[in-house]
Amino acid sequence: MDQIAVHQDDATGTDWPVAIYRTLKNFGVAQVSYVPDAGHSKLIKLSHADADIKTTVLTTEEEGVALSAGAWLGGDRAVLLMQSSGVGNCVNMLSLMASCRFPLLTLVTMRGEWAEFNPWQIPMGRATPQAFEIMGTTVLRLENPDDAEEVISAAASLAYDGDQQVAVLISQRMIGRKKWTRETH
Amino acid sequence: MSAPTDTLDRRAAVKALLAERGDLLVISGLGSSSYDVFDAGEHASNFYLWGAMGGAAMVGLGLALAQPKRPVLVVTGDGEQLMGIGSLLTIATKQPGNLSIAVLDNGHFGETGMQLSHSGLGARLEVIASGAGIGNVSDIADMAGIERFRASLRDLAGGPRLARIRIAAGEVERALPPRDGTYLKNRFRGHLGFQVK
Repeated sequence: MDQIAVHQDDATGTDWPVAIYRTLKNFGVAQVSYVPDAGHSKLIKLSHADADIKTTVLTTEEEGVALSAGAWLGGDRAVLLMQSSGVGNCVNMLSLMASCRFPLLTLVTMRGEWAEFNPWQIPMGRATPQAFEIMGTTVLRLENPDDAEEVISAAASLAYDGDQQVAVLISQRMIGRKKWTRETH
Repeated sequence: MSAPTDTLDRRAAVKALLAERGDLLVISGLGSSSYDVFDAGEHASNFYLWGAMGGAAMVGLGLALAQPKRPVLVVTGDGEQLMGIGSLLTIATKQPGNLSIAVLDNGHFGETGMQLSHSGLGARLEVIASGAGIGNVSDIADMAGIERFRASLRDLAGGPRLARIRIAAGEVERALPPRDGTYLKNRFRGHLGFQVK
């Protein structure tokens, strides 16, 4: 049986997921929710390994928006990790955050922009900033691994101190190209 | 398959569920569930959803994880829970002992003109919850069942639990809670002792 296997390339030498993790820890983030995502895999592992962070796998992205609202009601700071392909799923639930001025911090790894080989990822990737902006979510970009701490820190202040909804779009160039190989079993 | 024909009065059921609520934190789902919870008695630890269809159980999960020493009750309808059906799987992965979900099930989408819902067409929410990995489920059709469920809410190690509560499908006069989301949020957090900025 032929199977397509996916391998992730290391795009850069800078360990930006660790920089993001440390920044989130500095802001006292207590809940992390995620959908499976190769770009966030290291951060997801770090989060799961941290006993002080409650880490929740979701069946769909908008669950994480609602979870972040409940976390805030109970005094926890939350972060939602997803991929650009799931941003459209969140649009209605983002109205919860806007209506109540709940903080939202979401970190979005981009697909469909840099060296994308899968055309099915391109429409949602292209629409991702606008999908956030139509709901009043502030969009920041993280293009350079060396800027990870500064950008995430700015986003976290804006969210948790300013009661804003903030999405940080992490450039596909930072994630690295997917290598696709055909394997025979 | 047909709609449930059971006749628990939704207002009486929710009122009984919230009697002597003590430190119970309550999230209510969009529509009639919010009116029922409001009608049972206004409280700073009520957070009513006026939107966010499908999100009530997840708001409850985030709250339950943040406040593990407080019992958290989500009161929602069959239509609202069906829209966020995946959240039952997500909740099961966390096994929050302090989280309970009461689904007021009349087998209809009441807010939109009483079309038959999936549960009215045969879906069993308590069976789905069980299959998702929520071990403590019940199917309640009388006030004695409500009373047993209410008594169980305080057991912070007994959840997550989900009760399907069979209610009558009749129209009930609306009782409208406050609609200002920021007010509801600040009131709730203030009640828990967090500073309102």
